[in-house]
Amino acid sequence: MKSKSLKETIKSLEAKKISIKELNDEYIKNIKEKNNLNIFIHFDEQKIIDQVNKLEIDNSNKKLKGIPIAIKDLFCTKDMPTTAASKILENFNPTYESFVTQNLLDDGAVFVGKTNCDEFAMGSANNTSYFGNTINPLSNDDEPLAPGGSSGGSAAAVAADLCLGATGTDTGGSIRQPASFCGVVGIKPTYGLCSRWGITAFASSLDQAGVFTNNVEDASILLESISGFDSRDSTSANVNIPNYSKNLNSDISGKTVGIPNEYSIEGTPEEISQIWEDAIKYIESKGAKIKKISLPHTKYALPTYYIIAPAEASSNLARYDGVKYGFRADEINSLDEMYENTRGKGFGKEVKRRILIGTYVLSAGYYDAYYLKAQKVRKLIANDFNDAFKDCDFIVTPTAPSAAFPLSASQDDPIKMYLNDIFTVPASLAGLPGISIPFGKDKNNLPLGIQILGKHFDEQQVFNAAYCLEKSYE
Amino acid sequence: MKIDKNTINKIARLSRIKLDSKESEDYIKDLNSILDWVEQLNEINTDNVEPLTNISSSVLPKRDDISEDIHSSEEILKNAPEKIEGFFSVPKVVE
Repeated sequence: MKSKSLKETIKSLEAKKISIKELNDEYIKNIKEKNNLNIFIHFDEQKIIDQVNKLEIDNSNKKLKGIPIAIKDLFCTKDMPTTAASKILENFNPTYESFVTQNLLDDGAVFVGKTNCDEFAMGSANNTSYFGNTINPLSNDDEPLAPGGSSGGSAAAVAADLCLGATGTDTGGSIRQPASFCGVVGIKPTYGLCSRWGITAFASSLDQAGVFTNNVEDASILLESISGFDSRDSTSANVNIPNYSKNLNSDISGKTVGIPNEYSIEGTPEEISQIWEDAIKYIESKGAKIKKISLPHTKYALPTYYIIAPAEASSNLARYDGVKYGFRADEINSLDEMYENTRGKGFGKEVKRRILIGTYVLSAGYYDAYYLKAQKVRKLIANDFNDAFKDCDFIVTPTAPSAAFPLSASQDDPIKMYLNDIFTVPASLAGLPGISIPFGKDKNNLPLGIQILGKHFDEQQVFNAAYCLEKSYE
Repeated sequence: MKIDKNTINKIARLSRIKLDSKESEDYIKDLNSILDWVEQLNEINTDNVEPLTNISSSVLPKRDDISEDIHSSEEILKNAPEKIEGFFSVPKVVE
């Protein structure tokens, strides 16, 4: 009988209670059975078998040896295609391995496939993917639910028991929000903790890799593997990576927990306010001090983000021109027509919307009014957190303003869709580490999430607080 | 209205994205509502605020200026939609 815990599975493999082949055969079976959820963009059984066969005769000690891991299709992988869920990269086969995935391979992980996501990670419901929506595994038969986004496929893969962990990327909430929607743990570490090398770029000053798992301890193990300095990413942080899993400690007595006033937002469902209150009470019962804090510029975080992220995206996505890789439109008579038709047909609706917005706010005459203004407000938002962390060790908030919503509630109004990130975007702008852990249920028995934010590079505190809170329901 | 038909055409041209007329109409509507929404940033006085351009507090590192052999031209060309004799190939630029 296999365990849903990565740590327990490592122990079972080491004790030879189960072989790498037996373990991965079970996951292959699960993936095939749940094919209807559209979780994987790329799944090739033979590639899993090949990896397993190599590891079965590998005598070296590797800490994730044989562990099945799903990879968001935003990470370049040498042995599997990488599409970023876009038509424009439909046939792209990277000739190199991303920093994050190389680390996992070095540790002996087995890649079970590439997971579905929003196109170029732009979305909050996994509904902008060229390859169709992933279905949240917690849906009942008559009402398919969104898995959240953009890393919806990875969150769903963990929730559906198709792997023991998955990678994601988080630009404004793309790990934490789907983790909350699918009832799993998801952590976005401090900006710069993991190299961005080989990750399809969306908004480079915000993009950050992270992981999904079934519990906090597993997340700490996986994060150790994917973190570290890399000279190929100029914003990669040259810091020591602590042994998070070994140092994991649920004792938070004497710590001060910040509760931001501004996260009590009008219109938030009662059940979200309720789990937030329950989480605070539990943490207080474990000996932590509760402190009301103020993050006065919170309400400006979303409009700031929706200037900065599209601006950076419009620049980053200029590389998709039909020349070097990916899709090229046919019936073209000139170079400009090739660019315009390739990009017009290759990008989906939301991606084009963001490129257009980004181009506008960077264009002559508007740069100061929009982009520069947003960078200044971003500074104020970062200052808010710096001030707050003088008086507290970590911050506790809800992760998302709702539980998973039905796919049929497809949100045509872009601003309404952007509001999904209301609790996650501020920490992204400030580059802070944040974790979402399942906490409580809504009236339909769907999971809700609590977010814990920490100081820069204080992932250990974030893990410890989450580990404590997790024990309330285990 | 900040974005009209001329503006959307200009931005689309700058972005090298061909839009059909239906798309143009939709984006005029979307972009105007998004720009109206972000306008709320003007409520904040940012006169003496430095823009935040880089979140990492450390100084960006410099590397030694030495050449490295990372990708072969074969690898670089591997995904090209069209290539000729070791080069990327595009439609004729000069008449």
